[in-house]
Amino acid sequence: MILPEPFAEWFATRGWQPRPHQLALVTKASQGLSTLLVAPTGAGKTLAGFLPTLVDLASLSPTALKKRGLHTLYISPLKALAVDIARNLETPVSEMKLPFTIETRTGDTPAHKRTRQAEKPPHILLTTPEQLALLLAHRNARELFANLNTIILDELHALVTSKRGDLLALDLARLHRLSPKINTIGLSATVREPIELQRYLVAQHPNQKHYAELVTVEGGAKAKIGILKSAKRLPLAGHTALASMSEIYKAIQAHHMTLVFVNTRMQAEFVFQELWKRNEASLPIALHHGSLDVGQRRKVEAAMVTGKLRSIVCTATLDLGIDWGDVDLVINVGAPKGASRLMQRIGRSNHRFDEPSEALLVPANRFEALECQAALGAVEAAAQDTPDARIGALDVLAQHILGMACADGFKPDELYSEICTASPYSNLSRKDFDRTLDFAATGGYALRAYEHFAKIKQNRDGIWRIATPRAAQQYRMNIGTIVESTMLKVRLGRMTKAGTPARGGRVLGEVEDYFAEGLVFGDTFIFAGEILRFEGLIGNEVIVARATKGVDPKIPAYAGGKFPLSTFLAERVRAMLSSEKSWHVLPPEVSEWLHWQKEKSILPKSNELLVESFPSGDRHYLALYPFEGRLAHQTLGVLLTKRLERARMKPLGFVCNDYGLCVWAIRDLSAAMNDNILSLDALLDEDMLGDDLEEWLAESSIMKRAFRYCAVISGLIERRHPGKEKSGKQVTVSTDLVYDVLRRHEPDHILLKAARADAAAGLLDLKRLGDMLKRIRGNLVYKALEKVSPLSVAVLLEIGREAVYGEAAEDLLADAEKSLLNEAIG
Amino acid sequence: MVLTKQHSEFIAVGRLAFIPHASGVLFEPYERLLIVSDLHLEKGSSIARRGALLPPYDTRDTLNRLSAVIDGLKPKIIISLGDTWHDGKGPSRMSDRDNEVFASLRKHADWILIAGNHDPHPPEDLAALVTDEIEIGGVTFRHEPTTDDQSPEIAGHLHPVAKIRAKGRSIRRKCFISNGHRCIIPAFGSYTGGLNVLDAAFDPLFSDRNFLTHIVSANQIFVVGPHSLVCD
Repeated sequence: MILPEPFAEWFATRGWQPRPHQLALVTKASQGLSTLLVAPTGAGKTLAGFLPTLVDLASLSPTALKKRGLHTLYISPLKALAVDIARNLETPVSEMKLPFTIETRTGDTPAHKRTRQAEKPPHILLTTPEQLALLLAHRNARELFANLNTIILDELHALVTSKRGDLLALDLARLHRLSPKINTIGLSATVREPIELQRYLVAQHPNQKHYAELVTVEGGAKAKIGILKSAKRLPLAGHTALASMSEIYKAIQAHHMTLVFVNTRMQAEFVFQELWKRNEASLPIALHHGSLDVGQRRKVEAAMVTGKLRSIVCTATLDLGIDWGDVDLVINVGAPKGASRLMQRIGRSNHRFDEPSEALLVPANRFEALECQAALGAVEAAAQDTPDARIGALDVLAQHILGMACADGFKPDELYSEICTASPYSNLSRKDFDRTLDFAATGGYALRAYEHFAKIKQNRDGIWRIATPRAAQQYRMNIGTIVESTMLKVRLGRMTKAGTPARGGRVLGEVEDYFAEGLVFGDTFIFAGEILRFEGLIGNEVIVARATKGVDPKIPAYAGGKFPLSTFLAERVRAMLSSEKSWHVLPPEVSEWLHWQKEKSILPKSNELLVESFPSGDRHYLALYPFEGRLAHQTLGVLLTKRLERARMKPLGFVCNDYGLCVWAIRDLSAAMNDNILSLDALLDEDMLGDDLEEWLAESSIMKRAFRYCAVISGLIERRHPGKEKSGKQVTVSTDLVYDVLRRHEPDHILLKAARADAAAGLLDLKRLGDMLKRIRGNLVYKALEKVSPLSVAVLLEIGREAVYGEAAEDLLADAEKSLLNEAIG
Repeated sequence: MVLTKQHSEFIAVGRLAFIPHASGVLFEPYERLLIVSDLHLEKGSSIARRGALLPPYDTRDTLNRLSAVIDGLKPKIIISLGDTWHDGKGPSRMSDRDNEVFASLRKHADWILIAGNHDPHPPEDLAALVTDEIEIGGVTFRHEPTTDDQSPEIAGHLHPVAKIRAKGRSIRRKCFISNGHRCIIPAFGSYTGGLNVLDAAFDPLFSDRNFLTHIVSANQIFVVGPHSLVCD
């Protein structure tokens, strides 16, 4: 294949050769084939994605071009990325003097421009999944997309793992219907199952799977990855990486530009603070995380692009795609959690394809040292552990149905078959579709109380349309699948003469409401790189003051990062643990710790689950090491506690991390096991995922949280819009109350089903727990010990960060009451 | 007005003593007088009119819970302290089934409906008496509390909740707030939220934060003073 002019010449004048995958995409497109391009960072993915479009548009005569409406849609998960790509695209287009119109459309685009874009679209429109949904819900959607030729989905691997991916899939299904000849191009980093993405790109049909073509670019130069060696001994637990801070600083000094990735924003604050304590050379080191003020983040990004910074401490906010300039080192502090995630982070360094990326892994404790070593092996083997394909969420479907009713209406049969062409929804049952439709219309309650308040109505011609302009307005305001946890602004305040805090200073950023709830007057914490003192809450703002110098911050408990240890890395860690031969690569204090464990207790084989019991203080402990990630362990901890309670062992609490968990009780667990009062096999039987689970779930805050998200996404309650919250007396109904009422009166309601699916997959990790319980059948190894084991110490040190659910709340109240009683007596 | 620091399971108002019930109602055992406030019946359908189609079971849920309380306490007189319905048209939107349940609750007890700001004119035919306020045993029962320090009162309207924090966790629950002279009782309705008793709205009613809260939780009542409470 040879590129037509002016493209061939453009490449030649720049001294470039079109890469094979770039040509392959043009060829596939000319044959009318949709394609998935899997390539590592720096392979010229974006240009490859746009090349078929540019070639096709260039073949049109000037008059045809003038009449040509929207030719190509480009969808990116980040609006900043869409803007960045548009800028990058301008260069070749203007150098080749191609008269194409290229525009972006994001939430920031002014309303008049958005109106104009819907009426007179550009040739190429770069936008986000939410904006696409809005365009498809537009009355003009049919005309607007009638001649759409190509849709490019960037960072597809990141999009498909969330509800945004579900929304985009539904929109894609609609586009396939509006213009059946459309070509889809997916751009993705390396993933475990590209076949799932190939399915995602094309319309599915009953009983037959369809796939897009696959073009793969092999990795460029192999990355140079090492584990940072610290002069100080690694601690048994903790996540601060304090022991390695001087070495991290030295590495920054020795490089031109370093990205320091951490797992949580609290960690980011801490590392940033510690680096500045050591910053004798006054290197420009900046901080970037999701709760910083947008303005401040943009400033940091700009400084980075212009090369003014030597390092940025950041969270997952910089995981995705924008080319931030000449990074020559990536440092990952803490556990990598997943091999694919780590590789994508490492790819941020040396964005040039043929030069090796350089990266350093920094474990913060001994378990993390094992995990880093496992990740290193995984990267060397180029093994991937991206998550499984999603099953389309019903709350997103409800939102989409409202959107389609806003467009030009739908007949249920047609919409149902259209939705089934979206791969996440290809197995959607007609019953679930009908119930979701019913929900979108009137709430879908068995008690049909709201027929006259319906949001969408079926006309005599059988077509469902939006019922009122207000319902359409509500849909548009509610678009999207990202539900922020309630955030409170953090503002520097001043004290009034009366000694009460008042608003005054600037906004530093935002914190989640649960964090603010935990603060009392005078508490100090690190935020936005400063130590702040909590003064009070005014409306929706946390008022703070700068703390006096030398005050220690009260750093909130580490929440463990959003991502649990991947199954794949867990397997590698278990294998390493069981094979003494592999320990020589570990830091000496880590292999010494493992030897000690082997001597005092047992090191399980890779297919085994080790359970230990031992007394400590006046408590009796049960320690388990499933290595299945924090979420699955948390669920297991709750369920085990329940079972121990039923066995009258008087459990008091449990603690867990990504590697294991400890449950403690008043009764002697070793003795109970010895006397056959307690059986491990029964305790860890798969049936714990039956009634025990249901009973706990019904009351748990996890379901309430999942329900809140579903209620917002599905349009049951209105999304909060920044600055529009009503303060003072509540005017809306808390979704927790709605959940309680719905569960009592219609427990099989479709929205509860949606919430349940989310909780099972996300916060509970039920599938993983179930797989684990199956795996360990007959593979339990048990050891009764006199005292704590070396492995268990590392888990137990997390104590104080978890509590027993349910009963404990009553205990707290009883305590508070007792203190009042003491006060009264004294 | 003196607040004794006595730790009591009773709530004294004027010359009367009431039992705070874990369901969130007050009970006077000698006259068998039950006081409930802020049922906000048909709040769900009221909000549905504005486009949020909340589960239409709140009225049923509220009445079911109240029914269980009445079965247990067997009151002779029931005072609903206002905002019995979320809006003036609430009574007309009640389902037949809910109307039946409500009627059954009126069979063995006389109802006194106090007018609230949400339902200034409750239907006359559903109660023995409909009034803005009523005095019994020297205590005035009304919807909105007053700052009148002469006559003892029991009121609703503010939906008091208390929040305590200990061991890194916080719990927020409905509560009674009282000082021997005045008692504000929690909202009973299934869709009713609450206002923290440390909010400024309570200050003029309980000067110097001299009060006790009886916190409603599961099947128990906990008595907690202002110093153990935290703001939202």
